[in-house]
This record gives sequence, structure tokens and C-alpha cells, in this order.
Amino acid sequence: MPGETRSIAELVAAARGSERRATARLLTLVERGGPPADEVAERAWSALGGRASSGATSDGGDGNGHRAHVIGLTGPPGAGKSTLVAAWTTRLVERGYRPAVLAVDPSSPLTGGAILGDRVRMAEATAAGVFIRSMATRGHAGGLALAVPGMVRVLDLAGFDPVIVETVGVGQVEVDVASTADTVLVVVTPGMGDAVQANKAGLLEVADVFAVNKSDRPDAADARRDLELMLDLSDLTGHGRAGTGTDTRPSIISTVATTGVGVDDLADATDAHLTAQVAAGALAGRREDRWRAEVRSHLDRLLLDASRSAIAGSLPASGAPGAVARSLSEGVADRLLGHRIPGDRTAGEPAGHEGGAAEGDR
Amino acid sequence: MNETPLRVVLAKLGLDGHDRGLKVVARMLRDGGMEVVYLGLRQTTDTIIDAVEQEDADVVGISMLNAGHLTLGPRMVEALADAGLDVPVVIGGIVPDEDRPAMAAAGVAGVLGPGASADEVVACVRAAADTRS
Repeated sequence: MPGETRSIAELVAAARGSERRATARLLTLVERGGPPADEVAERAWSALGGRASSGATSDGGDGNGHRAHVIGLTGPPGAGKSTLVAAWTTRLVERGYRPAVLAVDPSSPLTGGAILGDRVRMAEATAAGVFIRSMATRGHAGGLALAVPGMVRVLDLAGFDPVIVETVGVGQVEVDVASTADTVLVVVTPGMGDAVQANKAGLLEVADVFAVNKSDRPDAADARRDLELMLDLSDLTGHGRAGTGTDTRPSIISTVATTGVGVDDLADATDAHLTAQVAAGALAGRREDRWRAEVRSHLDRLLLDASRSAIAGSLPASGAPGAVARSLSEGVADRLLGHRIPGDRTAGEPAGHEGGAAEGDR
Repeated sequence: MNETPLRVVLAKLGLDGHDRGLKVVARMLRDGGMEVVYLGLRQTTDTIIDAVEQEDADVVGISMLNAGHLTLGPRMVEALADAGLDVPVVIGGIVPDEDRPAMAAAGVAGVLGPGASADEVVACVRAAADTRS
């Protein structure tokens, strides 16, 4: 990070004052992971009034480290997500909101590189003052699930509201990342398949709001009818997350992103979903779910790092994979028992960040 | 996590509708393991600066096929400096050899002409990134 001489604490203070450059630097730190990311996350958590584990109360935040309305947006490639986000966030600015967008695109599995093209469709939104950050998945296991919530919190800290996370709705992780939001918007288009296809796709189950984009196409009415049929079935069996109080029938908004048709309705629908959740007392539960998922992601990473560093160099050249793993797992267990997995940075280098766990105090 | 990919903003600056070269370069840089934030056609120094700032980019690459490099190249370098962004600029496209000293004098970190190989493109962007203080 050349040219940046400020400490993390100074960057956090500047980001709270809505400085865009400091916000961008913090996003970079969180994305890269490791101890600096942990420090940013902890400072952002306290700044947003996140409760300590002892249960102290919050100010401005909700106790789970959130102020902003977090909206996940996903859908198949080519559905018009970026174009829709551009039109929708521009309208949100006109309504007095300060939206930020985290646009996630896949990295090449072969080279680790990526072409992040969302800004091409978002010139209008940038001009309106929308903060847009492009992000590549960077391939590492669980990395996306780990980095995105931290980056959302940085944007929240900088005063952006709503914070929109846009992912391509292909792949479990991408859908999961978008679906742990306060409101989940799924963008579909005419011609994506009949009602049976719609039922098959797990993507559709996570939606709180549907946008049928490109609805100036002749078969738009069919697409809408297919969605309604699918939702009729869900009326019988229950919508989405039973027991969270948000199991109401999702709304369907017809949009044409390129001309702005339906964009006002979309802004109304996402607002209404938030309001309804608050009224039903369901928002806190949903955010607790998200908090739990975030803890799980961090734990997965610690365990993964510990097991990778435990088996490093001891992988045999052949053998039945399951049996090899079982015999190696003893080494992992020894590693976990003999070495403390650091819960705080003062305990030493986190296991596996630079290979090799630190000597523990057990 | 071990080696963070370089982040490169690629744009066509000004009125110049030929973006095939830029698309080829985007692909070369991706295949070289970099993250390319692609802005595409008809960008201004302001829109590029917005992108560089929000994306925390390491290098700016602009493509010039309209002979505007002598005017717009230095202007881009100047605009970034005025914004307090220490981010090097690489220009690709049609830059006559006799203009290269002027480009270097204006602070352009690298110039890539027609026929540059993928390896040369990647090496030039990497070298530009390494010039940062």
C-alpha cells in the first residue's frame, strides 16, 4: 500500500468521517486477510456498537455490528445485475440515501487474475456519488465468506447505507454470500426456463424480492407467471426461512434496467422489506444468523490453516485418499492439542498465516 | 493471501471508440495474474480518478489510438498527482517513437506499442507498479 503512512486506527477514524480513500484502503486490508484484517474488523466492530461477548450495549448499531441496511443481490450471468444496480442506486441517491456497492466477480482458477467489469455499466451511478468497489473471489477456500462481511462493515462504518453486495448467482459460496443479507434481491430474466426449472434452482429460494429484468421482452409475462406459480407452491409449503418471521411471500418487480422502468418500485420494495422485518421483530434474528455464519467462517479458516500446516510435508505419495486423510488427521489433532489456536493477536502469530503455528501456552 | 494480485484500472481516455486493444490487454493482464478493473470507453480523468480511489488500484492503464497521448497522457499523470494519488500511468496504443521521451518526461511510467507481447505487457505493468515510492 504505497503512499499510505496512516495507522489502521487513523484510517478507521478517517473512514468514519466518510473519507473515501481511507475507506478504500481499509477494504484492501480486509480483503487481504491476516492480522491487519483482524484489527480492522475489531475496530469497525466496536465503532459500530457491536456488543462485546460480555453483552455490553450498543450505540447507533444493533449489537451485531451493523447500522446499514445490507442488501444482497444475485442472479444468473447476463441478467442485467450491474445495469440494474446502477439505475437503482442512482435513484437511491436522488431519494437521499448514500449507497455503496461491493461487486464480486470470479477470479480465474488458472492464473488467479480477474477482469472486473461492473464499473462499465455503472458510470451513471459513479457520477451520482455511489461508492463502488469491485472484488475478485481470489479462489482461496472460504476467503469470500470471510472477507465480504468484513468489507460490508467497513462500508457501513464509512456511513454508507444501504450496502449492496452483488454476486453472480452461480456457485454455492456466491449465493451464500448474497443470501446472508438483511434483504435478498434476486434478478431473473425472461426465457430462463419454465416453472420446473425455477423450482430446481436454489437461487430462487433465498429471495425476499424478485426483479424480473428485461421485462420489455415479449415473454416477460411468462417469466412473471412462472415465478408466481412457484411462489403459489411455496404458499403451501412455506417461504424461505421458516421461523425467522420473514417467511412472507416475496414481491416481484418488473424492471427494465436500461430505461429505468420499475426502478422506483424496486427501491420501494427493498425499503418495504426492511420496514416489515423491523415491524415483525425479525431483523435482529436474521442478523444473529449472519453473525453466527461469520463466526463459523472464521473458525473454519483457523481450523483449515491449522490442518494445512500440520500436514505440510507429510503427505504420502499415494494411498486411498480417505485412509491417508484419517492417518494424517492424527497429526492435525496433535497440532490442535499441542498448539494454541490464537484467539487474540497478543498470543502470537495466528496459526498458518505464514505457515507453522506459534508455540502455545498449554 | 501470499501474494496479493496487482489491481489495474484500464480505460479509454477521451473520445476514442476503439477498445479492442484495451480488451486484449485486459485479457493479457488477467492471464498474468492481475485483477483488472475495466472501465471501457469514453472515460475522463475524473472518472478514472474515482475508480482508482475506490478500487485502491496499483496502476492505471490507458489506451490511446487517436494521437491524443501528448495532451491527455500528461494530463492524466497530473490529475492523479493533484488528487494525491501515487499511482503510475502506462499508455498503450499508437505512440510514435519520437514522442516517447516527452512521455517519459511527463511522468508516464511506461509506453506499450503495437505488437507488444503478453509477456512485455505484463512486465511493463509490473515494472510501473514497482516504481511507486
